[in-house]
Amino acid sequence: MDTVQSLDLKSYLINSLENRFSSNAIDSIRKEALNAFENLNFPNQKNEEWRYSNPQNWLKHDFSLENRRINYSLSDFEKFQIPNLEANVLVFVNGKYQESLSKIISHEDEIIIEPINIALEKHSELIKKHYCKSIDIKKNIFTALNTIIYNEGVFIYVYPNKVINDPIILYFISDAEKPLIVNTRNLLIADKGSEVAYVEIFEGNDDQAPYFTNTVTEISVEQNARVKYFKVQKEGNNNYHIGTTEVNQQKYSFFESTTVSLTGSYIRNNLNLILDGENCESHMYGLSVSSGKQLIDNHTLADHQKPNSFSNEIYKSILNDKSIGVFNGKVFVRQDAQKTNAFQSNKSIVLSADAVMNTKPQLEIFADDVKCSHGATVGQLDESMLFYMQARGIGKEKARRLLMQAFANEITDKISIEPLKAYLEDAIIKKLEG
Amino acid sequence: MLTISNLYANIGDKNILKGLNLKVNAGEVHAIMGPNGAGKSTLASILAGREDYEITSGEIEFENKSIMDLSPEERAQLGIFLAFQYPIEIPGVSTTNFMKTAVNEIKKARGEEPLDAVQFLKLIKEKAKLVELDSSFLTRPLNTGFSGGEKKRNEIFQMAVLNPKLAILDETDSGLDIDALRIVAEGVNKLRTPQNATIVITHYQRLLDHIIPDFVHVLYDGKIVKSGSKDLAIELEEKGYDWIKAEQVAI
Repeated sequence: MDTVQSLDLKSYLINSLENRFSSNAIDSIRKEALNAFENLNFPNQKNEEWRYSNPQNWLKHDFSLENRRINYSLSDFEKFQIPNLEANVLVFVNGKYQESLSKIISHEDEIIIEPINIALEKHSELIKKHYCKSIDIKKNIFTALNTIIYNEGVFIYVYPNKVINDPIILYFISDAEKPLIVNTRNLLIADKGSEVAYVEIFEGNDDQAPYFTNTVTEISVEQNARVKYFKVQKEGNNNYHIGTTEVNQQKYSFFESTTVSLTGSYIRNNLNLILDGENCESHMYGLSVSSGKQLIDNHTLADHQKPNSFSNEIYKSILNDKSIGVFNGKVFVRQDAQKTNAFQSNKSIVLSADAVMNTKPQLEIFADDVKCSHGATVGQLDESMLFYMQARGIGKEKARRLLMQAFANEITDKISIEPLKAYLEDAIIKKLEG
Repeated sequence: MLTISNLYANIGDKNILKGLNLKVNAGEVHAIMGPNGAGKSTLASILAGREDYEITSGEIEFENKSIMDLSPEERAQLGIFLAFQYPIEIPGVSTTNFMKTAVNEIKKARGEEPLDAVQFLKLIKEKAKLVELDSSFLTRPLNTGFSGGEKKRNEIFQMAVLNPKLAILDETDSGLDIDALRIVAEGVNKLRTPQNATIVITHYQRLLDHIIPDFVHVLYDGKIVKSGSKDLAIELEEKGYDWIKAEQVAI
């Protein structure tokens, strides 16, 4: 039954897409992606990678590609804005770029920041070189789909050795009256020796029509470059989010990713790091706070392909009510990747009897001179810590909240953009208080 | 201030307190000594409100009102303080944040105005001096990575900040070297007033050389079997606990 309904979605999409090709630089890739899409199926729980997060339940909605053009005013946007943050800002509502709400403050000879379809005209060679470089579209139906039809999204290119002091903040806001699927596609290239911080914030109100965010971000971190990536998920209770971030690192580069997932009915994040060079340094941090019947699934990959690189991963979850969490952290160490150091930790706190956390570290190591470790814990709040706080006059509820904040702070303390950190600490407190 | 009458308490199937009686008045320091397993730490935990223990009979009154149904936080808000034998590490919560929350929660319960950041900082810096702790420890996560001595001094620091009416020191001297012992004892002594009271639970006499008790009680097999002045502690030091056990068997 479920599979038949998602076949309906697939047929609708194929019919809509077949005639959407113009002559642009990436059309051949898009045509390949359409072929791939036709030969793939939306996953169900029989696929190992989707065993605990079967999307068939919500893929049955009749999502449409046609969305009405919305223009947001400043007063519509204000409530989503991060306060006190001087940054390059681009705003999208239902995938449509909101020029009047966006502003670029960094210099154009340091960095190119443009909506991707404009960039396709102006910088076609550059995009063609990097678009879909790290993605095997034959393997994942969602990235194949996104590769064909991306609505809008951003193209960012940082010139060699430029240090961009102002972060780039992308707001993706959902506001739908009828069921909608939005495919945003972002491409960030940090050329040799450059430094940049890049933030994606997904927002949306509750009680909208069903909204499927299918987003793909590709990041190229060239030799000696340093990229910090942040993903914040605060979508509405009728939002379904499948997000894939593919990162390719060249030698001596640094990449740090922080994902904070708070609201949204269904979230599946795929974060794949290809360490395609020696002496790379990579960090992946994640925090999820789930309640009600939310499902938050983080699948990550650190693929050590060359020697002497370091990867470090800490993902934490707090689960309440009947929510479900999933974590699968893959670490591949290829045969040539000697002297790899790879560390992974997944910690979860379960606050209710019905909340469930499924955690699976997955290390596949083919080199013999490496240092790798992994650890996963799922537990409740520590009783002795609670008693100690109560014995000092702190009420049980307040003590529980302090401990949960302390748990979450291990992730938020690492955020180097102060206004973003303050904003997230507040948002987490609000989520914990329900 | 505190009256414990004929208290019987279990943990699981095990009977630990078997008819314990104790009366503590304001201005007094009472030492409770006894062999291991007698129930000393159980008594401390029960007074603080730990729910693992079941009280099967008897009464505990603080300032003439029963506290048996009160939660640990309610007891703290009334002015009861337990210095833990094994203070808990709470990574991710700084000492400052912990103490500010505690101070203001207690004030809120008493209908008093909370302290603002400036007033609070002044208070804790002053109290930190009392136990010779450098104010850098205030920003560190609570007790995390502290040595045994630092943890015990942190307990006395917290006592100084919260200014309780009744302080229960649960084997505060265990694991301390001579210098740490001196600092802890001096801290406790400086906090003594005619309005507050202290129960010092200890296995060894040496702490009582520094914190001079008004009364010494021996807790054996779940009840107080002997009470005396500070000289009783010296007698125990010389003779050990065997003569108490022998006396009890004879009874």
